[in-house]
Amino acid sequence: MTDVSYQHQAQEGEASLGDYFALMKPRVMQLVVFTALVGLLAAPVAVHPVIAFASILFVAIGAGASGALNMWWDADIDGVMKRTVKRPIPAGKVTPDEAKVLGFALAGLSVMMLALSANLLAAGLLAFTIFFYIAIYSMWLKRLTPQNIVIGGAAGAFPPVIGWVIATGTMSVEAWLMFALIFMWTPPHFWALALFMRSDYDDAGVPMLTVTHGRKSTRVHILVYTVLLVALAVGTAFTSIGGPVYLLAALVLNALFLKGAYHIWKRDEAQSEADDYKVEKSFFRLSLWYLFLHFGAILAEALLPAAWGIWA
Amino acid sequence: MTIRAEHEIHQRRKGRNIGVGLMLGAFVVLVLALTFVKITSGDFEMPRIEEGQ
Repeated sequence: MTDVSYQHQAQEGEASLGDYFALMKPRVMQLVVFTALVGLLAAPVAVHPVIAFASILFVAIGAGASGALNMWWDADIDGVMKRTVKRPIPAGKVTPDEAKVLGFALAGLSVMMLALSANLLAAGLLAFTIFFYIAIYSMWLKRLTPQNIVIGGAAGAFPPVIGWVIATGTMSVEAWLMFALIFMWTPPHFWALALFMRSDYDDAGVPMLTVTHGRKSTRVHILVYTVLLVALAVGTAFTSIGGPVYLLAALVLNALFLKGAYHIWKRDEAQSEADDYKVEKSFFRLSLWYLFLHFGAILAEALLPAAWGIWA
Repeated sequence: MTIRAEHEIHQRRKGRNIGVGLMLGAFVVLVLALTFVKITSGDFEMPRIEEGQ
């Protein structure tokens, strides 16, 4: 009798370290670390490697805290959607309370430590980003408006600005250009996902554009946002964070991205269902490379002084 | 029925404890390194203590 209850308790209350790590959305953290690092290195002020490493680590911990708090708040809908059903809380590995405590503790720690390692403005921006992602996006907009992804995308767009502020202590146009790049990229990226993850958002009752305005309207929105994104992404080549390497990458990537968005717009549901959303899926995969390579090109411009010299 | 000395839960707990221990150790080293870099950087100034205080 004692043995049976002991084992039952063990399965419910003992998560492994990996479960807590999964709670922090490691894939999102990768993107945050990369874009914050690019922001930091693209800035015109050199930072001591130890300070840079520590500061980026605290930004990553802040992103992880946001992930844990998001999973705590969204545990009910995560359990309904196929894409998220294996997350630690719906899978029964971690309790919602544990996620909440871990999230708040890490959020406080990351903001305080960033203030010590870098500066108060960077710490304030990190605190605002966590607040924006949890309170504005997760708690308020996600379940209220089909523009959830558009406004919520701002939370994911802050890391390069934080990286820039870690180095310079101030905000500038270049930092906001990197912000705008992620901000404009987020809607087409997630709407493509919503198109081929057909019933997920319907089942969870999340008012994605596909649910509220229909799939045809979502295709139009993807094209419109892509056109705006292309203008912004190519235009960035002619600013101080751009250059020939970036321009070349931007021209190729944006031509491919625009072509993908055009094909999505041209198709109807019957065509998409016939080939199991082949075009939408390939557009989604391309969107991941799109962002990675744009920031990679900004990084290359920052690390290749020769390229700067030729361009200037 | 006897309680086994080594249950799977013990292994999980052990892994978690070692992981937390290593992270705390790494955190201490990081704070130490940060402190060293900050106080050896050019613009660091010790707080002034006024005479008579």
